[in-house]
Amino acid sequence: MEKERHVLVIFPHPDDEAFSVSGTLAIHREAGTPVTYLCLTLGEMGRNLGNPPFATRESLPKIRKKELIDAANAIGIEDLRMLGLRDKTIEFEDDEKLTGIFTDAINELNPSLIITFYPGYSVHPDHEATARAVVRAVERIEKNERPKLHCVAFSNNCIEELGQPDIIHDITAAEKKKVAAFTAHRSQTEAMVLDWKEKFENQDADFLEWIRKERLWTYKF
Amino acid sequence: MKPIDRTEVQNAIDSFAGKDVYLHLETTNGAYATHVDEAFFSAGAYIRNAFIQYEHGKIVGDGPYRIGLKLNIGWVYAEGVNHFEVDEQGRLLVAGLDYSGKLAVSMQLSPTPFE
Repeated sequence: MEKERHVLVIFPHPDDEAFSVSGTLAIHREAGTPVTYLCLTLGEMGRNLGNPPFATRESLPKIRKKELIDAANAIGIEDLRMLGLRDKTIEFEDDEKLTGIFTDAINELNPSLIITFYPGYSVHPDHEATARAVVRAVERIEKNERPKLHCVAFSNNCIEELGQPDIIHDITAAEKKKVAAFTAHRSQTEAMVLDWKEKFENQDADFLEWIRKERLWTYKF
Repeated sequence: MKPIDRTEVQNAIDSFAGKDVYLHLETTNGAYATHVDEAFFSAGAYIRNAFIQYEHGKIVGDGPYRIGLKLNIGWVYAEGVNHFEVDEQGRLLVAGLDYSGKLAVSMQLSPTPFE
């Protein structure tokens, strides 16, 4: 993995980072690279409240805030910024306001790498709106001064249309931190991680491939 | 939240009747429904902090339940609700959780605006 000056990660929901690039981020942190994570919402509209439920619609954001802080700690992120927007409303926000938030962060931090979703290929309307705004902010920077923009894509047509990801990070070295980040998002991942121990013990090939290989696409302007 | 006790929920509904209340009403199949099954038609609706007053309200059914509120000039209702809580702020939080525990519908009443 190339050594970066500063990595800026922008996602709308607590747990987006765990699923997509928690291993990559942990490795950047181990190399001493500063990582700033802008998390737009607290996942207020999450459908998982525990089974049986331990959260309500109203207590969920408070629980997820704590989970997000725990996940950031597990990854080693020291600069976590919660932007206070509301889950599932990002695409209805003022587009210029969103772009401005990201432009300000880029100007302040001067990152060499930005990680977000790939617009058009990231399924959730919040992912799409966040990604579009990040692309707008980066596009406004002179071509030769732009930070690298690495994007997460997982729509059913992403390989067909974008081709294979040009960046594949093997994060085996940071696997424990990734599992800890996942586990921290307990309200959303509790059911999912139930059989992970067994899968690790059985060396489940599909699972190991999924958890150890983080796949990203360089954004094509 | 715990499984609905009809009497407790009815009492809470009665306690808000004729008063100014804030309403949260939401239905959702999740933002990934069509990603998981392309034949699925994704739909939902959401309103937060609608300021209403209702004449009376009822919880009906054998579980999952339905709740309807009769307004001066309209109606509010939700179906598929099965869990509830009256929280420490005196708000009535009602939800319909599907067979895997995921929220499908939420209806909440509060004397003060929701955050």
